[in-house]
Amino acid sequence: MAAATAGYKLAAAPKAGADSQGVKQHATWSPYDDNGGTCLAVAGADYCIVAATTRMSTGYSILTRRSTKILQLTDKCVIASAGCQVDMKALQKLLQSRNVMFQHNHGKPMSCKGAAQLLSNTLYYKRFFPYYTFNLCAGLDEEGKGAVYTYDAIGSYERTGYSCQGSGKDLMQPVLDNQLKAASPLLVPARNSTTTLPLEQAIDLVKDAFVSAGERDIYTGDYVEVLIITKDGIRREELQLKLD
Amino acid sequence: MFRNQYDTDVTTWSPQGRLFQVEYAMEAVKQGSCAVGLVSNTHVVLATLKRAQNDLSSYQRKMFKIDDHMGIAIAGLTADGRVLCKYMRNECINHRFVYEAPMPVGRLVRQVADKHQVCTQRSWKRPFGVGLLVGGYDRSGPHLYNTCPSGNYYEYKAMAIGARSQAAKTYLEKHYESFPTASVEAMVQHGLRALAATLSEGELTKANCAVSIVGRNAPYVVIEDDDVEPYLQMLKAEEDAGDAPMAADEAAAGGEAAAAAEGGAAAGGDAAAGGDAAGEAAAPMETE
Repeated sequence: MAAATAGYKLAAAPKAGADSQGVKQHATWSPYDDNGGTCLAVAGADYCIVAATTRMSTGYSILTRRSTKILQLTDKCVIASAGCQVDMKALQKLLQSRNVMFQHNHGKPMSCKGAAQLLSNTLYYKRFFPYYTFNLCAGLDEEGKGAVYTYDAIGSYERTGYSCQGSGKDLMQPVLDNQLKAASPLLVPARNSTTTLPLEQAIDLVKDAFVSAGERDIYTGDYVEVLIITKDGIRREELQLKLD
Repeated sequence: MFRNQYDTDVTTWSPQGRLFQVEYAMEAVKQGSCAVGLVSNTHVVLATLKRAQNDLSSYQRKMFKIDDHMGIAIAGLTADGRVLCKYMRNECINHRFVYEAPMPVGRLVRQVADKHQVCTQRSWKRPFGVGLLVGGYDRSGPHLYNTCPSGNYYEYKAMAIGARSQAAKTYLEKHYESFPTASVEAMVQHGLRALAATLSEGELTKANCAVSIVGRNAPYVVIEDDDVEPYLQMLKAEEDAGDAPMAADEAAAGGEAAAAAEGGAAAGGDAAAGGDAAGEAAAPMETE
């Protein structure tokens, strides 16, 4: 039997993780860093446009004006990721390796739908230490129509007609909603949300969207890589934005 | 003979210092149909003879892409070959992931040879029954290697493995000095002619042969079926014109029609090999 005069009170013991004032401290180091940037994809009847800014930032500084956020997986499918670029690099390398293995085993490249599912599974694999990336998987589906799949950081995804991700998404998304007039995703049966715009008009819209977002979002700027995916292959254009 | 006392398992030496099980495994390689490889200063060409079990079945594939800069041709137990192919592909993918560069060919071949060796020194394993011709291009240029069940590997300027490969080797020995500066087309012709030398009957058709090329600025590509037809036509045209050294013998002997020229080339080559009596006898296991 312990003596009643124990020299301590349990309730008065210092709390773990608390400073001398008893206030709980949060970790001062984070494994994540948001490198900013915005990406966007628009699906058309027989094309798909994927665009992303090339600025990489940290805090209020610019790390580089020219870095790509887009991985070209196959002739018909690309993945664009905004957020933490080092996680993006690791994720893209992994998907690339999986794609090479797929081609060895099946003798043909992955379909856009297959790559979309693979990306979702890969993200969820790290559910409890996520890739800090906000992804878009886009390209042509097996019927040759444009396809865009949009994700959150842990792999929840859906197919849409267009989407944007990254620091400028809240500035860009309403512009696209207004111009591309998508039906609500809650409607049943699902409405086709690929745009009927011809390719050149869609490219102009994409460029305008980036210029607009670049005005107010400090992380959107420098250059925009625009990839246009059609049955003839992938064409690349570059748009210059303001460098401020 | 004394052989039978010491050949029960791979971990028993014979009094002469031989491992018979390993040597028997190398026999399995000789049962497979021929595979030929040759190197120039810039490219490696592999050519294989595909065999079909019977008229109803397809021809067995013997060439596999390992990576954009490397491919293999196998002779022997196809199943063993596939296992090694999977291992090599995996190693190349991992190497690219870690180092962001293609795997050096010699390094991978050494790893494969080490894998072979393990199976020659464990009582609960058996040696791989397959020989590989590994053709690849890396920073040190084009390379051709041959691995065998014993765990040995050698680099070659040109090599043939499989059934009646001596005929192909004879052809390659005659012409190898011209390989370093040969064009890719010439290399493919040499490969096909070497292959034709190993035929005991029939001739090269687009269904039973395949060619692959890898080299500087030339990612690995397999040429088979309809794509290999132009090369076979070129071969036939040369035979008709009597340019090919093999056909020259046959033309002197009887001046047969073009169709027989291919078979004639094979007969001319086979004379050197001494007429393999085993012929088309099917091996109990599926060796291709």
